[in-house]
Amino acid sequence: MPADPTSPGSRASGVRSERRQVLFDSLGVGVATGAYGLSFGAISVASGFSVWQACALSLLVFTGASQFALVGVVTAGGSPLSGAATALMLGTRNTLYGLRLASLLGLRGGERLIGAQLVIDESTAMALKPKERANARLAFFATGLAVFVLWNLATFIGALAGQAVGDPRTYGLDAAVPAAFLALLWPRLSTLRARVTGVLAGGLALTLVPVARPGLPIIAAAGIAFLASLKDDEPTREAG
Amino acid sequence: MTWAAIIVTAVGCYLLKLAGLSMPERVLDHPMVRRVADLIPVALLSALVAVQAFSSGQSLTIDARLAGVGAGLVALLCRAPFLVVVAVAAVTTALLRLAIG
Repeated sequence: MPADPTSPGSRASGVRSERRQVLFDSLGVGVATGAYGLSFGAISVASGFSVWQACALSLLVFTGASQFALVGVVTAGGSPLSGAATALMLGTRNTLYGLRLASLLGLRGGERLIGAQLVIDESTAMALKPKERANARLAFFATGLAVFVLWNLATFIGALAGQAVGDPRTYGLDAAVPAAFLALLWPRLSTLRARVTGVLAGGLALTLVPVARPGLPIIAAAGIAFLASLKDDEPTREAG
Repeated sequence: MTWAAIIVTAVGCYLLKLAGLSMPERVLDHPMVRRVADLIPVALLSALVAVQAFSSGQSLTIDARLAGVGAGLVALLCRAPFLVVVAVAAVTTALLRLAIG
């Protein structure tokens, strides 16, 4: 082993040894995320979507929260259009991920067109993790592709299972939907601002349920996100 | 109509992803942009949890689903993985319905 950590040899071996870890972790994330594709497939078909519609959502939309949102809003009686609006608003966070990834990955042309579909929570988190910048691309593509393949496979299997279930109330699948949203929400509640936003948004949506058409209370709740963003993070006023 | 919504969502979500990779990174420098982007998922997901747990159609209801979501919350507090949380919620609701008929 070269003693000088700044020598090119040691740097290359650092990249190599990290590379194996990156591939291993990416596959692990793929399996874990893919598994919840099972619940997406089962829930969407039990909610009245066809097997092909569930598979099309996973292939073409490929961003879990948006897919669950479209299915959830339509199942609750909302119009497909308000379901799509909710799904798109949830999809805006991927734009921010892309902004953060752009300079890190440096994707050009066709690479960028393919890479764009893989910009999701998991691939972003994994791409930002490696210490060696050279491994960021590997982490991004390995995680994105592992999740893509397993998520779609699991959706198909889950959808077939959902077909056998029939009524979503059997086996409590109607409770699985809000529980899935809660699990997606949970890691985002780390700050006080986020918690207050969550409580106000939930409260506003419930207040609107009896008076607004299904689907609209969810869209209205997005307004809380804008209001809660107005206040600055920390007071920037100087003490003296 | 459902297919139309699927296509709109698919095209829109792809363009949102592509836009991020293609826009100048300095857009992120604005702290307000960051905050809105962080809080939109929080607001929408909270609203979805509330509406799906407490309502059916246009009426507010309390039923076996709430017990399921509560059990899912306990699973989250125990740091259970996603699939376990979802399964716990579903099984709890199904068993409760079986018990009270």
